[in-house]
Amino acid sequence: MTPRIGILALQGDFAEHLQAFSALDCQPVPVKRPEEVLSCQGLVIPGGESTTIGKLCQRFGVDEAIMQLHQRGAPIWGTCAGMILLAKEIEGNDQWRLGLMDIAVRRNAFGRQVDSFATDLAIAGIADGPVRAVFIRAPYVTRVWGEAETLATFEDNIVMVRQDKLLATAFHPELTDDRRIQQYFLNMVCSII
Amino acid sequence: MTEKSTWQTKVGLAQMLRGGVIMDVTNVEQAKIGEDAGAVAVMALERVPADIRAEGGVARMADLRIIEQIMDTVTIPVMAKCRIGHFAEAQILEAIGVDFIDESEVLTPADEKFHVWKHDFDVPFVCGCTNLAEALRRIGEGAALIRTKGEAGSGDIVEATRHMRAVMTGLEHLKGLRDDELMTEAKNMGAPFELVRQVAHEGKLPVPNFSAGGIATPADAALMMQLGAESIFVGSGIFKSEDPAERALAIVHATTYYEDPHEVAQACKGLKGAAMVGIDVASLPEEERMANRGW
Repeated sequence: MTPRIGILALQGDFAEHLQAFSALDCQPVPVKRPEEVLSCQGLVIPGGESTTIGKLCQRFGVDEAIMQLHQRGAPIWGTCAGMILLAKEIEGNDQWRLGLMDIAVRRNAFGRQVDSFATDLAIAGIADGPVRAVFIRAPYVTRVWGEAETLATFEDNIVMVRQDKLLATAFHPELTDDRRIQQYFLNMVCSII
Repeated sequence: MTEKSTWQTKVGLAQMLRGGVIMDVTNVEQAKIGEDAGAVAVMALERVPADIRAEGGVARMADLRIIEQIMDTVTIPVMAKCRIGHFAEAQILEAIGVDFIDESEVLTPADEKFHVWKHDFDVPFVCGCTNLAEALRRIGEGAALIRTKGEAGSGDIVEATRHMRAVMTGLEHLKGLRDDELMTEAKNMGAPFELVRQVAHEGKLPVPNFSAGGIATPADAALMMQLGAESIFVGSGIFKSEDPAERALAIVHATTYYEDPHEVAQACKGLKGAAMVGIDVASLPEEERMANRGW
């Protein structure tokens, strides 16, 4: 069966994620409502503003749907804002989050927009050379514990983490033409269905 | 290789702001209200467009202390406006670290002939347009985000719809042209040939397109999103209304679920305070229209 990959489309660069997954063997769909979230076998929380996406999740009951999807064992991948929302701890900030991953994140950790950058990253579990990674007002992970496993670092800062069925990237694989990380996530989804 | 502030990171931030509402704010309290309502960014300025219009005088880049206070208060991106062609104001805004610069017709133009050469900057720019050709001229100069101008400070949506429809019709027209027709089309449009060709082939702009100028209600936001806007700028519409906090929430709600009239109705029903009074744009003399600034 072709897995349905939900792209959370409340706010952010969901269009780029939809486009990126459209080249792979899956059915990517934009999701904004609780029942739409629950119709998927995997979920991507895109880049955007984490405070905005978090508030919208809470206001419209999408938060509970995501928790339910997670309890069902469906993989969830967060990029940038999505990573912030998956983290248990956000440094110096009490904003709402899903709090599913054993990681602490620092928002805008590399600076403001003028400090945004692109670089080449070696990633554990991704073969065939480094991945071009675009960081935009990006967070990084300051601490991992429990089951969380670091997959990539940039200048000693943790920028990609996996914890069982949860994946988090501080950067935006959806903004380049390389589909290896989408395929990595799709493999996580396919391994459970 | 690590590269800072590339075209991709500039357009990338614009892409992250999609599906959201960017609110004009003049102080820290308003910025907080915006962020709490779910704004994706705030535009820091000294006076909202309706006040600029009412009070007259020269409208310039905002007081840097206000911008910095707002940057220190909210975690969402902070934008600020420079005057058309005033590259020194833009340099200053970049130096203090704003996340996006709006080279804006809402301020009094500093140059009647030339816009800022935006490729020279590390910070991304947004510029207004009234049609596709104007959008492509600004993108050619380095704008990483386009917004249709509408008529700022009017609370009247008619110019916003006119400009959005003009851009969308322009895209449809270009898509239908053959390669051998594109050079003449670029000449007639007064737009850069390479961009005309790219848009004709891809069928869309190379940067996101948002809507601005006259949005005052949740229904206005839903209208502009359905006409093709990817996000909404609200200037006077929020802080010139009776109850800014509830209106900010309602406009965010309507922008998120713009395609569903039941949701937009819910957003409208939550409003107890009145919308800004506004001005019928048809009653505004040409020389008082901000959309005519820039070319």
